[in-house]
Amino acid sequence: MSVPVAKEEMEQHLPLEFADEKESIKITGFWMFLVTDVMIFGSLFSSYAVYRTSVAQGPSAYQLFSFGPVILETVLLLTSSFTIGLSIYSMRRQNKQATIAWLIVTLLLGAGFVISEVHDFVGYVAAGATWHQSAFLSAFFILVGTHGAHVTFGILWATTLLIQLIRRGFTPVTTRKLFTFSLYWHFLDIVWIFIFTFVYLNGKIV
Amino acid sequence: MPSFVLYLIHTLFPHDVRRPTELGADFLIIMSGVIIVYYLTKQKKWRYLWDEWLTTVDHKKIGIMYLIAAIAMLFRGGVDALMLRTNLALPTTPVISASEYNEVFTTHGTIMIFFMAMPLIFALWNVAVPLMIGARDVAFPRLNAMSFWLFAFGALLLNISFVIGGSPNAGWTAYPPYTGVAFNPGPGENYFFLSLLIAGMGTTMTGINFLVTTLRMRAPGMTLMKMPMFVWTTLTTAALILFAFPPLTVALAMSLFDRLFGSSFFTLTHGGMPMMYVNLFWLFGHPEVYIVVLPAFGVFSEVVATYSRKALFGYSAMVLSVLAIMFLSYGTWVHHFFTMGAGPAVNAFFGLSTMLIAIPTGVKIFNWIFTMWGGRIQLTTAMLYQIAFIPTFVIGGATGILLATVPADYQLHNTYFLVAHFHNVLIGGVLFGLLSGTYYWWPKMFGHKLDERQGKWAFWLYFIGFWVTFGPQYLLGLEGMTRRMYTYPLGFGWHELNVISTVGAFIMGAGFVVMVYNVLYSLKYGERDLTGDPWDGRTLEWALPSPAPEYNFARIPVVTARDAWWDMKQKGQTLANSLSSHDISTLEMPKNTPVPFLLGLSFFVVGFGMTFEWWIIVAIGAIGVVASLLYSAFDYDEHKHINADVIRRTESALGRLQG
Repeated sequence: MSVPVAKEEMEQHLPLEFADEKESIKITGFWMFLVTDVMIFGSLFSSYAVYRTSVAQGPSAYQLFSFGPVILETVLLLTSSFTIGLSIYSMRRQNKQATIAWLIVTLLLGAGFVISEVHDFVGYVAAGATWHQSAFLSAFFILVGTHGAHVTFGILWATTLLIQLIRRGFTPVTTRKLFTFSLYWHFLDIVWIFIFTFVYLNGKIV
Repeated sequence: MPSFVLYLIHTLFPHDVRRPTELGADFLIIMSGVIIVYYLTKQKKWRYLWDEWLTTVDHKKIGIMYLIAAIAMLFRGGVDALMLRTNLALPTTPVISASEYNEVFTTHGTIMIFFMAMPLIFALWNVAVPLMIGARDVAFPRLNAMSFWLFAFGALLLNISFVIGGSPNAGWTAYPPYTGVAFNPGPGENYFFLSLLIAGMGTTMTGINFLVTTLRMRAPGMTLMKMPMFVWTTLTTAALILFAFPPLTVALAMSLFDRLFGSSFFTLTHGGMPMMYVNLFWLFGHPEVYIVVLPAFGVFSEVVATYSRKALFGYSAMVLSVLAIMFLSYGTWVHHFFTMGAGPAVNAFFGLSTMLIAIPTGVKIFNWIFTMWGGRIQLTTAMLYQIAFIPTFVIGGATGILLATVPADYQLHNTYFLVAHFHNVLIGGVLFGLLSGTYYWWPKMFGHKLDERQGKWAFWLYFIGFWVTFGPQYLLGLEGMTRRMYTYPLGFGWHELNVISTVGAFIMGAGFVVMVYNVLYSLKYGERDLTGDPWDGRTLEWALPSPAPEYNFARIPVVTARDAWWDMKQKGQTLANSLSSHDISTLEMPKNTPVPFLLGLSFFVVGFGMTFEWWIIVAIGAIGVVASLLYSAFDYDEHKHINADVIRRTESALGRLQG
């Protein structure tokens, strides 16, 4: 059994970011970070579940939500999850221009999502549905707002990645950064699917 | 005088921080500050401080900084405890007022848990874990430095509260609605939530860092089941941190938003539910109990094996029981509030799940005893703590089972019986364990032993002081005395027991004084450790010189057995005897960086600004945070190289390189 040779052989087939030991460890670390983020959203979802009916004098979920913007936001974010996948696919094929182009598309879709969501929130507040009104609204704003803040942070983060990619091309460090960003972005997409189902769909049915 | 100066004085130094105790503290802080600045300037040490400590990413130095911070916080928390106890010994003439008493028990609890126990654990992790697993550093050295500075500035933020603006006063659990701005105006609770949010970020990062370190950085041959037990407890504790701290973050953030931005999570109006906070808090709080105690279990597993000169008894059972404790600890949080009235079914479930934890814990207790059985026991200070721990922790655990019995809990809830129980496990388990580890690894950190005779004096004072303090409190609890009362009427039969308890607290205080003297004395006169293996140890850290060189291992060892270093010694091997000059190559090591320090400082500015709702200061701090993050995003110059010749010279000077 010659373990080292087998390891070397394996490394030849690995993508750049996994072949480098230090960067590969950072990817493990990022997964652990995502665990903590799952727990953050888990706590927020459970709070929302508890507070869902505590509407006090404020509007209920049924009265508040409208599907139009929510569908738009869902389409934008799900599409952006697909385009970040295309970006990683191009990165694996060493196609720098396509990687950058798909990353830019992802960011624009993400920005569209954030703009639509902010527009929604401003509308709610203008209609008097502030988070002071009820525990339901507090829980709604903190859950959906934390997700929106994550998307916003992701856009800023990816902008710095864009600059690094243009300057440095594909190195173990830049590919690792882009890969972890894609993990983050897919994660936010999954969280949104839960928000769409448990907050908006559920709110409209009951 | 311009009006804004008056406003500042009024806001920063309101009436309740101008009491004699606070003014005395102000004086001491300013005096010691002046002395430190004078000393650093006179000795021209500023550069040294910055280069060697404030910007370091070396896990060994970060561990020492955690240790210093933890001992300083033990002092602060201990002084708080003595103030509380003094008041209770003198019920007719209280020395501090009711409101001051509230502040003091709040900071006592918060500091002891978050700013004493946690950093002392991280100190031992940083000092021991990378050396034990044969690594050159932790997985993410820069993140490690960020964790430390976030912790340090979080601790600073909480500690300045009592001289600037006013302390938090709602207990370390900070239950709403009392933390709501309607009942508790002023900056105190803001300080509490912000300092814990900042320090909590650091703790979460530490959890991630050490989980990845233990999973990915072990020396070749060290399989999971060959890891030293302390490393196993590090792994499980890090996993607990990952799952436990996010609910705390959410609970603290919601409370802060209620106070600062008018949300309605835990208010009494607008549909808010204070009990939701209690659930979220203990969803963190119960795992937190195991976060602090599992590392102590790990220390004892190392200490008992070393000083009994025997391999740990029942290693696999120990691993299984640690994992069982890790999983079970998530299913018990409601036992902190049976009196919420969730109904018999829910309470019975959580009562039983709590009792279930006694089984793996019992397995561990028996295994430690069986490790000592037939061993050649050396009664060092570290071992004394281990031996004292076993009966103390068993009694603490047994009273925990009493509290888990739901009908009994309705009587004992929030009485001194509870206070005695959790001090029994936290002091008898956590503090004894961490002090044991500190005495055990001290030579590895500083290159000299702590004086054993003085160490044993400190031990006996702590141990006797502990029982004199908390034995009577069980009785007080059974007699109905509730916690958090600053005085009580005579004639309930509480006075005598309280006086005894206070005497015990002062005995423990004397133990602390002896311990500090022990440290200072040993700096100069302590027995130097020239071999690197003063205790005839079993694990890899003792294969290195004390203190270990910056790069730890000149060549990463290959592990073949569970007690790797003991096994090597049995075979007549050392790290040095097979090491020849051409085995050594140039190493890539992480480079010092000011970013973690500046990031911590920026978060401190944000926290301070938010405490007083001064948004311009918040904005300044936020710019600092963003700038620190941007700088490190574009910083590709993370590594330095230690030349092979430098390593050869270092190893030769240590007598560890032939030829």
